[in-house]
Amino acid sequence: MNLENIELIRIGVYGTSILLILIGLYAVLTKKSLIKIVIGLSIIDGGIHLLLIGIGYIKDGTAPIFSPGMEGAADRMVDPVPQALVLTAIVIGFGVTAVALSLIIRLYRHHNTLKIDEIKNLKW
Amino acid sequence: MSYLVLIIGFLLLILIGAAIYAVYQRDLLYAVIATGIINLVLTALFFILQAPDVALTEAAIGVALTTIIFIITIRNTVRFEDEHDNKNQKSKPE
Amino acid sequence: MKKTIVIILLAAFGYFMATTFLDPEFEKHRNQNGVKNGYLEKTVSELKSANTVTSIIVSFRGFDTLGEVTVLFLAASALGSVLFKKRHHVGERSILLPASSIVSTGAKLLFPAIILLGVYVFIHGHLTPGGGFQGGTIIATGFLLMLIAYRNFSISHNVLSVIESLAGILFVVIGLLGFMNGGTFLQNFMPTGSLNNLFSGGIIPIIYILVGFKVATELTGLIYTILHEKG
Repeated sequence: MNLENIELIRIGVYGTSILLILIGLYAVLTKKSLIKIVIGLSIIDGGIHLLLIGIGYIKDGTAPIFSPGMEGAADRMVDPVPQALVLTAIVIGFGVTAVALSLIIRLYRHHNTLKIDEIKNLKW
Repeated sequence: MSYLVLIIGFLLLILIGAAIYAVYQRDLLYAVIATGIINLVLTALFFILQAPDVALTEAAIGVALTTIIFIITIRNTVRFEDEHDNKNQKSKPE
Repeated sequence: MKKTIVIILLAAFGYFMATTFLDPEFEKHRNQNGVKNGYLEKTVSELKSANTVTSIIVSFRGFDTLGEVTVLFLAASALGSVLFKKRHHVGERSILLPASSIVSTGAKLLFPAIILLGVYVFIHGHLTPGGGFQGGTIIATGFLLMLIAYRNFSISHNVLSVIESLAGILFVVIGLLGFMNGGTFLQNFMPTGSLNNLFSGGIIPIIYILVGFKVATELTGLIYTILHEKG
């Protein structure tokens, strides 16, 4: 193969994150148990975070921290802006998962089942 | 090929394998542990892609806290995806 | 039938994403002179904090951090209001079995070390990788370990709520102080020391310490609520 190392890393990281998003979407659209749908949401979150951090990677870059001795190396650092966005996104993804699971616990106490077909048919 | 490409390729293969296992497994406890493995491999990948702050946050939130609240939910509700014990139905001679 | 439609839709979506991201010309279409150079330069010259991601989160994009803290607060309170229970008996567990002696001895030894690591991480947020969110979640993991190991380990909910509310209020008060001194909300009004010192970066360490306290107590309260829920 005539590709450089950085092209292989980029193709691998982008391709895997797109595959993760597709697998998570398949779980959300097809599965019938509510917990499996929330697991799919968590997998989609992981794929999106990997895609964002992969976009900010520069060939032979280093972490964006100015340790003593590296004050002049600003042109060899990776992009710090996607890292700040992903930090916020991880915390908010966890908050959404926690609220969804608490609603699932409450729903189970009321309907005694967790399949979305049967929950649509039961009336109050 | 350098060692970095081989390590990254190996981790990405584990990631896809764990994701497919988490979607197709009917025992929900195994699927939750596969989700924890996905977050763990993502932590290692974030560190290799030179993002240490994100790796710390993902390690604490994704691996520890998400797995524990999933397990508490499974304990309070059902264990299997189709809510009947598969082994009991197969072992009844009818 | 439904599965084939889903697979066709996902294939089309995947094809569009693949032709966008896996293009060999993707690198040439990126804007190489975005805000990245400006942030990396202003961190050293204006703010004098060594960690660029910390200075982006607290100072350059500080208002988004206030929104994120609000979202976390809303999630914790929504969870607390959905899993409402009328009375709480100390020492009464619904789902946990008694832990073995390895877990209880190890938890007693590890708990001070985890708290110390979390406090170290969020105090030195502007010098090393870390910060308020990372340190807060590490402390919450330590409390989770103690809650699993000991059946009658109880934390008073009132203390947690008071600390969390005080930290949130002080965050907004410091922002308003910047508004009165400098001109904009969350403006840096304290003197910035020299690079790689503990007392550098203006208001960045103070805000990150407050965020660390808030996230730690919030996540501990969330885990405590979901563990002690009785039907």
